[in-house]
Amino acid sequence: MTYMRPEFRHPDLPVNDLGYTRKDYEGAISTLCAGCGHDSISAAVIQACFELAIEPHKVAKISGIGCSSKTPTYFLGKSHGFNSVHGRMPSVATGANLANRDLTYIGVSGDGDTASIGMGQFTHAVRRNLNMLYLVENNGCYGLTKGQDSATSDIGSIGKKGTPNLFEPIDLCTLALELGATFVARSFSGDKDQLVPLIKAAISHCGFALIDVMSPCVTFNNNPNSTKGYEFVRDHIAATGKTDFIPVRKEIMAEYNPGFTQEVTLHDGSVIHLYKNDSDLDLHDRLSAIQAIHRCKEKNEILTGLLYLDPDCEDLHQILGTVEKPLRDQDEEVLCPGSKALEAINESLR
Amino acid sequence: MKPTDIIKDKEYFHRVVDCQFACPAHTPVPEYIRLIAQQRYTEAYMINWESNVFPGVLGRTCDRPCEPACRRGRVEEEPVAICRLKRVAADHKDEISAHLPVIPTTKNGRKIALVGAGPASLTVARDLAPLGYELHVYDEQKKGGGFMRSQIPSFRLPESVLDEEVGYILDMGLVTHFNNYVDSLQDLLSQQYDAVFVGSGAPRGRDLANLPGRQEADDSIHIGIDWLASVAFEHIETIGKRVVVLGGGNTAMDCCRTARRLGGEDVKVIVRSPYEEMKASPWEKEDATHEGIPIIENHVPLEFVHEGGKLVGMRFEKVQAVYDDHGKRSLVPTGEEPVLYPCDAVLVAIGQENAFPWIENDIGIEFDDWGMPVLNPQTYQSSLSNVFFGGDAAFGPKNIITAVAQGHQAAISIDLFCNGQKVEERLPPSTNLVSQKMGIHEWSYDNGITTDDRKIVPLVELTSALQNRSLEVELGFDVQTAFVEAQRCLNCDVQTVFTDDKCIECDACVDICPMDCINFIENAEEEELRQNIRVKAVNVEQALYVSGELKTGKVMVKDEDVCLHCGLCAERCPTAAWDMQQFYYQVTKAASACKK
Ligand SMILES: Cc1cc2nc3c(=O)[nH]c(=O)nc-3n(C[C@H](O)[C@H](O)[C@H](O)COP(=O)(O)OP(=O)(O)OC[C@H]3O[C@@H](n4cnc5c(N)ncnc54)[C@H](O)[C@@H]3O)c2cc1C
Ligand SMILES: Cc1ncc(C[n+]2csc(CCOP(=O)(O)OP(=O)(O)O)c2C)c(N)n1
Ligand code: SF4
Ligand code: SF4
Ligand code: SF4
Ligand SMILES: [Mg+2]
Repeated sequence: MTYMRPEFRHPDLPVNDLGYTRKDYEGAISTLCAGCGHDSISAAVIQACFELAIEPHKVAKISGIGCSSKTPTYFLGKSHGFNSVHGRMPSVATGANLANRDLTYIGVSGDGDTASIGMGQFTHAVRRNLNMLYLVENNGCYGLTKGQDSATSDIGSIGKKGTPNLFEPIDLCTLALELGATFVARSFSGDKDQLVPLIKAAISHCGFALIDVMSPCVTFNNNPNSTKGYEFVRDHIAATGKTDFIPVRKEIMAEYNPGFTQEVTLHDGSVIHLYKNDSDLDLHDRLSAIQAIHRCKEKNEILTGLLYLDPDCEDLHQILGTVEKPLRDQDEEVLCPGSKALEAINESLR
Repeated sequence: MKPTDIIKDKEYFHRVVDCQFACPAHTPVPEYIRLIAQQRYTEAYMINWESNVFPGVLGRTCDRPCEPACRRGRVEEEPVAICRLKRVAADHKDEISAHLPVIPTTKNGRKIALVGAGPASLTVARDLAPLGYELHVYDEQKKGGGFMRSQIPSFRLPESVLDEEVGYILDMGLVTHFNNYVDSLQDLLSQQYDAVFVGSGAPRGRDLANLPGRQEADDSIHIGIDWLASVAFEHIETIGKRVVVLGGGNTAMDCCRTARRLGGEDVKVIVRSPYEEMKASPWEKEDATHEGIPIIENHVPLEFVHEGGKLVGMRFEKVQAVYDDHGKRSLVPTGEEPVLYPCDAVLVAIGQENAFPWIENDIGIEFDDWGMPVLNPQTYQSSLSNVFFGGDAAFGPKNIITAVAQGHQAAISIDLFCNGQKVEERLPPSTNLVSQKMGIHEWSYDNGITTDDRKIVPLVELTSALQNRSLEVELGFDVQTAFVEAQRCLNCDVQTVFTDDKCIECDACVDICPMDCINFIENAEEEELRQNIRVKAVNVEQALYVSGELKTGKVMVKDEDVCLHCGLCAERCPTAAWDMQQFYYQVTKAASACKK
């Protein structure tokens, strides 16, 4: 009679370049409902960080409030974490990132946390091109507060309480594209083959990377008439194509059909291949991404996969021309130059 | 792969219970281990008694094929101390007489002769007595127990333990003919027995008859098993100070340790093969070493050295093991000078043979080229339809638990035979599958996985052990230690049962499983599936559990190899597509076979 994760792991678990197994990237055991899509996303983050061989202490996980925002406890237990206020993850991430650009920032939010209370925060993080992975665990409802419709819920979609949603949904990917996001993707918690390479690519991207992940709430929004349940998402999913993430060191072996394959080299040298299903999509063209999303929506399909990517963008630090050294590594003289320096500044403004 | 049929294929889940599957008698190990953890020792004992008849004996002496098979040994360093937990049940049980079968006072009119009173015959008797058979047991020794009494030294197996467990069977109204060597099967058959069971063991010890000096120094040279029997029956009480024991099996280990207790001060085991390849179990070798007995490897006996018939030593040739391309070993002389080990006595413990001088050639029992009876391996029936064999007499020297397992099968055959039924038409094992779910996070078994290392059984202090041949060396676990050890068991009989049409493919079970057992992938042939899953399933001894096709067209594939039976998959499944269900597998015994 226990609910504890055993200490043992498979004796043949693979190790990554740091000599770590996946266990070294796990967190505490989840307290979410059994079958929640969010848990699958946590597993995908664990897998991606393991495969990228990121040192766990060089990651900061930041979240708001919601079931989704609870999940950073359940992965990367040896990383830094900040569970902030509802909708305020982007400001905390911005502060942290400005203070120390050397960490990998993983922001976890929900559709409520992002598209309702945190909308103002979200939009500004996008337009500033803050270097982070921004994961929206999108279940179309406020899971933590018992399943009220959220701003991403489709019109007419029916959750557990049984009344259809009356309002137009916000599409976070098209919005982010409008606001100048430099990496935009959509995925599904139930498709790790797609999600894991996307997370790896998003972490490797130097700029703001949004992944809007359909993540069914088994308890409040997994009904037959909900457009965010397992069955509906599976039946209506369309993909931009198959994404492969190829780290810097690995040679590219695959043969591909040029018309349908797009290859993007990220600024750290890693390469993304998209084996496209739709030859009209151009990963470097915002408009083509927005059009592709709309084309699918008209067919009642949910377009997933990598949608847009600008690998040569400037992130917030580059835009502002900040110092390279993290603030904690600066000495007191630099951080606190004293009254003379202040006087000099004031003088220059007179 | 085709979906696994867990209901029709009764052996599927049986294979998952590694210890039970490996046990020749298929004792329901995890069930009795749980009962020990719950301090229900009597029930734990009776589960054992039902399957293996001699729990107290086996809890001290079993060859324990279950332990190398135990899943825990694949998950961490050491398996569960299954054997010594069995002893805990025997040590701490209450009076069991009320739980023993009732023996009918009116007999069924059939008379069976059992030759030998070893574990094989006693098992047959235990299974047939409750059915009303009149059972006549013959043994040349003065008491029942066979080799358990004459060979296994009492510092490993106290006489009281043996007397108790042999007694349960003799008390079932058996007619004993002890001190009675059967010298003719023909005679026995003429005494109106409906069937005869031959459980006469493998009573002849190998000798080195042709080695120079063997005849001359005969007074100081003993055949190991004969010598052990003489010690057991107190015909021999001392031995010389310097003793050489020849052989590398368990008999050699019992000989050397016994010699240490009868006055042997300088006792050595000298063996032909390399140490690693000795037949003795690792723990028997450890016990000998602990008692200050060196084991000298790669020495082939050359001659018994004597002075006018008085043994003074033994000469050996040094060899080394050389292996050909097929791994076949030959012992090649190193060319060094032969070495002399001075000694006052030699114990020859180099193997045992079967011998049936009392079975006439012309009565219809066929023997093969090696002098072994030709038997049906399922029914143990010989070419003479009313004569059955079991134990060491059937397929050569093995161990107690094998003798017991064969005894159960022979008893079924005898019962079918006496009822005029076909002995080949046997009932399948009985199995049962019961959900363990009690509520949220609540199972009726303790699903927590402990990380304690295997517990070591404490021993009596060495000097007193060596002074008293009858003082049991192992003290057994106390109940606290037994509890910790019992909790190491992974409950492999509590099965993960999957129902395909409930699964919504949410992956929750995949994500939570600490051992990466569960996969949702495209179906393929077994070999391919073994390669394609999360962690390659290289242990082909362990099955893959495959579901029918799911909604997405994928199938669930679970590698049973290192599953902890922790139940987290079932805990995390939103639709109860996984459930933890206890699988109970019981070998059908004669008692139930007769109800057919
Ligand atoms: C030294 C030694 C130590 C061992 N230690 C272990 C151990 O620790 N654990 C383990 O599992 N196994 C052990 N074994 C093996 C084990 O004892 C045997 O495998 C087992 O007892 C076989 O049982 P059985 O019923 O076939 O025959 P046995 O136990 O050999 O019994 C046969 C009986 O038949 C009697 N008999 C034979 N012929 C006749 C006849 N013609 N008329 C009347 N009586 C006859 C014999 O006297 C004997 O009592 C050991 C064996 C030896 C030699
Ligand atoms: C400032 C503030 N307002 C309201 C709440 C109540 N609240 C908690 S979680 C939540 C919505 C969470 O929805 P979402 O971000 O989609 O997360 P989910 O639980 O669905 O994963 C709300 C409204 C709060 N905690 N703080
Ligand atoms: S862990 Fe327990 S049930 Fe599993 S093989 Fe070992 S003893 Fe048997
Ligand atoms: S019981 Fe389930 S969760 Fe636990 S190890 Fe086995 S398959 Fe994995
Ligand atoms: S947790 Fe249950 S429903 Fe979900 S994939 Fe596993 S078996 Fe299927
Ligand atoms: Mg939500």
